[in-house]
Amino acid sequence: MIQPDEFRIPNPVRPAFTRSDRDDTVIVSIGPSHPATHGTIQIFAELDGERIIRADVHCGYLHRGFEKECEDHTWHNLIPYLDRLNYCSPLINDFAYCDAVERMMGIEVTRRCLVLRTLLSEYSRLCDHITCIAASLMELGAMTAFLYLVMIRDYMYEHIAALTGARVTHSYGRIGGLARDLPPRWLERLGEILVQYEDFIGRVHGLVDRNRIFIDRMRDVGVLTKADALSYGYTGPMLRSTGLALDLRKDTPYLAYAELDFEVPVGIKGDNYDRYYVRMREMDESVHMIRQCVDMLPDGPINVDDRRCTLPEKKHVYGEIESLINHFKLVMEGPRVPAGEIYVAHEAANGELGFYLVSAGEGRPYKVHLRAPSFVHMGGAHTMIEGDQLADLVPTFGSINMIGGECDR
Amino acid sequence: MNARTIPIQPAGGGKSQAFEYLTTRKDELVGWARKFSIFPYPFVTACCAMEFMAVSSTPYDTDRFGAALPRFSPRQSDLLMVVGTISHKQAPILVKVWEQMCEPKWAMAFGACATSGGFYQNYAAVPGIDRLVPVDVYIPGCPPRPEMVIDGIMRLQDKIANSRHLIVNKDF
Amino acid sequence: MTNSGAEVFDRVRTRLAAKEEEESLAGTARSSTTVSHGILVVDLAPAAVEPAVRALRDEFGFDVFLDVTAVDWPGREPRFDVVWHFYSTQHKVRVRLKARVPASNPAVASLTGLYGSAAFMERECHDMYGIVFTGNADLRPILLYEGFVGHPLRKDYPKEREQPLVPLRDGNPGR
Repeated sequence: MIQPDEFRIPNPVRPAFTRSDRDDTVIVSIGPSHPATHGTIQIFAELDGERIIRADVHCGYLHRGFEKECEDHTWHNLIPYLDRLNYCSPLINDFAYCDAVERMMGIEVTRRCLVLRTLLSEYSRLCDHITCIAASLMELGAMTAFLYLVMIRDYMYEHIAALTGARVTHSYGRIGGLARDLPPRWLERLGEILVQYEDFIGRVHGLVDRNRIFIDRMRDVGVLTKADALSYGYTGPMLRSTGLALDLRKDTPYLAYAELDFEVPVGIKGDNYDRYYVRMREMDESVHMIRQCVDMLPDGPINVDDRRCTLPEKKHVYGEIESLINHFKLVMEGPRVPAGEIYVAHEAANGELGFYLVSAGEGRPYKVHLRAPSFVHMGGAHTMIEGDQLADLVPTFGSINMIGGECDR
Repeated sequence: MNARTIPIQPAGGGKSQAFEYLTTRKDELVGWARKFSIFPYPFVTACCAMEFMAVSSTPYDTDRFGAALPRFSPRQSDLLMVVGTISHKQAPILVKVWEQMCEPKWAMAFGACATSGGFYQNYAAVPGIDRLVPVDVYIPGCPPRPEMVIDGIMRLQDKIANSRHLIVNKDF
Repeated sequence: MTNSGAEVFDRVRTRLAAKEEEESLAGTARSSTTVSHGILVVDLAPAAVEPAVRALRDEFGFDVFLDVTAVDWPGREPRFDVVWHFYSTQHKVRVRLKARVPASNPAVASLTGLYGSAAFMERECHDMYGIVFTGNADLRPILLYEGFVGHPLRKDYPKEREQPLVPLRDGNPGR
């Protein structure tokens, strides 16, 4: 295509290398519009035949200015932005942020809210791992497994939509509690879905686990060593696949995890197969935890009765002047969070999801910073890609589970 | 000249009624063929990808509409589905992909961010992809329910069916 | 916090105090340490950051570098607070280091020699705030793009100021 001189499509990035030292290698740009790079990662790879010698990973194509937007909203209003971070497991983001604000305000949520948040975090983790595995299997060509997994995920989406109102971006967490309580028969349907889930996962295991092609493509591919994992800041299933049993739910328990009985699966070699299997086992543990939470769920209020953060009931708002003013101030100015800063990390599906909040004592945050596991993992992705073949990039990248919304914020 | 923008009106220049009849039937035939064999290029960036995956599989299934097979090369596709927020960094890539697609081509803005920038009204997000490429159908929602996506595809199919398809020269 | 966590905090505090005695960082503010919400917060001079991090990693087992970011206080001099977070997989606790740098010379030492994850995170901090990490040769834009002027997370950058790379069309939907 001949471009007119006055308009050339500019290149938004500067690659780290444009010329290769050898004359028998080729530099290609993979992405950023690419099916296997989840649409927002660009990798400049120097190829020697099929083997990748050097890789320069570029993210940032989905930078949407989350942190700047948060400074413009109240502590409460920015909750919808949180779902769009890791959009595969939105509830974990919501609850991690609400937990951070609650700790800064010195609020303790009710017991029912605590158990329900734990249950929903694990439910979201299920959705995230299902999406990751479905996408990576589809990119390898296993379309059947993708369809099974997306079908069960669809049941989960509809089920969560019955609770929160939305299939994907729920905005369900609130400072001091949750948006609304469980609708009738929600827990029964949850039990049904978990039974169906186990059936579907059994089929995926049968299709893939001992499949010669799958093993050939995933075993010993994309190996991450323990030392590299710690140095490059890996957390979550990627770190556990190298053999280190580190899980924030066990090490620094939050929500109701201290009371739950679960195991932390670890891998052996840190390759793609281990990451796949660690995620599959984590899903089983999540199901086990969800069932325990259902048994543990007490009755009681969902929102803590604290007028600093909880909106008063409508009948009081229309009846008393104090509740009216309280409601007005909470909505217009936002809940006042005492000045200070906090860093709270939850174990998200990808690893340590940390919120660093700085408050200047007002109803709006001074700074909201997200420590995104996907972003940090992209920093070390080149170690897993270099040395393997170009076709191995696809399963390796899929097993990293880079979520653009979280990586680029 | 392209297929999308020519309204159906009586032709001047002495074309006979028989020719007009033939053109209309040709347009209906080609429109029918094109609307049921859409090859989307899923330009996927953000959260709408979840609903895109859902609408491509059971129980919603775009395959019923002939629009299931994605083609990840712009040369082989005809519908650019922009799924998710486009940032200013991604904008050159989107324009490049659009320019590389061959006629006839259509663009679909999938989701609130592609339609108008969504609630990201800041330095980073493009306020709607119609500021970059001409858009045929907008699907609002954050993310849109799969039923809305199917409605959007069907409206696009109506648009394709009712437009003129010049396949030989500028008259026919 | 576990016993091992509280104990390692005490050890870090005594070690930092001893370090300042022996290295006598003249002309710079003494460090101060507090424990806030379960995290040890250490305020340091910018010059003391790199040796402190080395000590944290090698002597105290803070093997995971979580994050570096900055906070912009435009009314205050020095303007920026650069904030690092570290995690110890052995003691299961976190440490926060803070250093104040002025807007005229927003430079701190880079940790790329100590942790591999520093590369991307320092690029992001530079992108958003303009903090210069001396020792990091690769401070290309990571979340922003080539040609973007300014640092968006600074308080004086207006949120809506867009810098498009391609000329924007009218946006008129009637094709």
